[in-house]
Amino acid sequence: MLNPSEPLVSLKNVGLEKSGRWLVRGIDLQVRSGEIVTLIGPNGSGKSTTAKLALGIHQPDEGEARRASGLKVGYVPQKISVDWTLPLTVERFMRLTRRLSSADIKQALAATGIAHLASAEVRNLSGGEFQRAMLARVIAARPDFLVLDEPVQGVDFAGEIALYELITKIRDDLGCGILLISHDLHVVMAATDQVICLNGHVCCKGSPDAVAESAEYRNLFGGRAAASLAIYQHNHDHTHLPDGTVRHADGSVTDHCHADDGHHHDDGEHKDPVSAAVRNRQETDHV
Amino acid sequence: MFDDFFTRAIIAGVGVALVAAPLGCFVVWRRLAYFGDTLSHAALLGVAMAFLLELNVTLSVFIVCGAVALALVFLQRNATLSSDALLGLLAHSSLALGLVALAFMTWIRIDLMGLLFGDILAVSVADISVIYLGGAAVLAVLTLIWNPLFAATVNHEIAEAEGQKPDRTNIIFMLLMATVIAISMKIVGVLLITALLIIPAATARRFARGPEQMAIIAALIGAAAVVGGLFGSLNWDTPSGPSIVVAAMVLFLLSLSPLAGLLLRNRVVLPGEKP
Repeated sequence: MLNPSEPLVSLKNVGLEKSGRWLVRGIDLQVRSGEIVTLIGPNGSGKSTTAKLALGIHQPDEGEARRASGLKVGYVPQKISVDWTLPLTVERFMRLTRRLSSADIKQALAATGIAHLASAEVRNLSGGEFQRAMLARVIAARPDFLVLDEPVQGVDFAGEIALYELITKIRDDLGCGILLISHDLHVVMAATDQVICLNGHVCCKGSPDAVAESAEYRNLFGGRAAASLAIYQHNHDHTHLPDGTVRHADGSVTDHCHADDGHHHDDGEHKDPVSAAVRNRQETDHV
Repeated sequence: MFDDFFTRAIIAGVGVALVAAPLGCFVVWRRLAYFGDTLSHAALLGVAMAFLLELNVTLSVFIVCGAVALALVFLQRNATLSSDALLGLLAHSSLALGLVALAFMTWIRIDLMGLLFGDILAVSVADISVIYLGGAAVLAVLTLIWNPLFAATVNHEIAEAEGQKPDRTNIIFMLLMATVIAISMKIVGVLLITALLIIPAATARRFARGPEQMAIIAALIGAAAVVGGLFGSLNWDTPSGPSIVVAAMVLFLLSLSPLAGLLLRNRVVLPGEKP
């Protein structure tokens, strides 16, 4: 059995190097039972890499990655393509790595809203349907530790809210630890216990502000949505420039971040979370 | 019943087909057709080694194919060349090396055509026992690793994250391929083994709803191709190995024809399934 006092997964000062470049470095992260940790950060900031280090798919080049022994893991990767030559129904896909009872499969498919697709072929699913199938697969296995890499990509806004509610419910029911990667820089799940902002290293950590508490956000997202979303407000004091150098608040430019740099600045992107959230939302809707 | 050479040929051929087809499904799913070719070309080098070191031919072919498979895994990890270039390099250099080595051994008379295209009509009772013992071992191991191997085929990272050890499974799979090539070389020859792996699997794809089903259908189609090919070969006095491959191809074409479409249409369309 797992020891409840120990973290399920812990990364200590972990770094991964690829052909002379540090993809991520100095990552500290812990996920405990019943805890939801959300990773945010711009493209290429090492969110997926960090998740893979936590899963043991990548071995760190420095630092220490530790997983509790006997940990039952569920993983929803960011993108997978199933070869069209594979005859694979959703039901068989659910049983990919574990034996499951038909009742568990039915229940998980119903929870993700695709009960009618149990015998559909995976290659015929739409992006959003496949995303739900991947989520159903890990739920049915009742894992201790769940890694969800942008689990709501390709899902419409109403579905996104429903899936966030579902993820919160999974955590409450199973008591598992969840490492979630958000595709949105500002809007995260309200149930998140800790938000970690990455940009090759940990820029800042904190807890999100519940959207539901602000009338402004409630108008923006609607009542039910506001209850399951939260805004992560952060003011960064330095900016990563495209050439890899760093500009600080005082205007100086250096090759790397300083050890005491807490926050990143993305050319005003973080200044106004509401308008940024709206902009992001609109972009997502147009895809 | 083992007295008749034709009966022996059918028993041996069906045995090989039953083992090759399920592995062939993975070859199709993982896009390893050229990899199968490379291993079977390396088999000729194995034959040359067997004569040179006075080893058992099947054992020697297995060792060489296994070594080439592991070399490929290693080279792909530290790749400076693309996979297909690496495969081409290994396939043709081992084939050429085998031919050159055989030519040097002037004291041995070898039926080169038999090696390249198979000599199924000359199988002995001993050959049959090798095929069935080896084949049973391959199928037993394949059954054991079926789930992790299939998980690794669908997605390597999910398999790794969820504790399926895909790297180890992949190496076992490569060794199973080497075994199948070693035991089936005599039946269809090194140039045509890949056909026995791929064509039945490709034919089965249209009729299968799940991976396990596809493996079983492919095995049956492979066995049918062997029987059909051998009777054709007897009837029209054609070389047996190529006749089997032609029979497999005919079955594949039939599966594309409207006749097979009718068979599929009668199947109940399940809810959520797009026809």
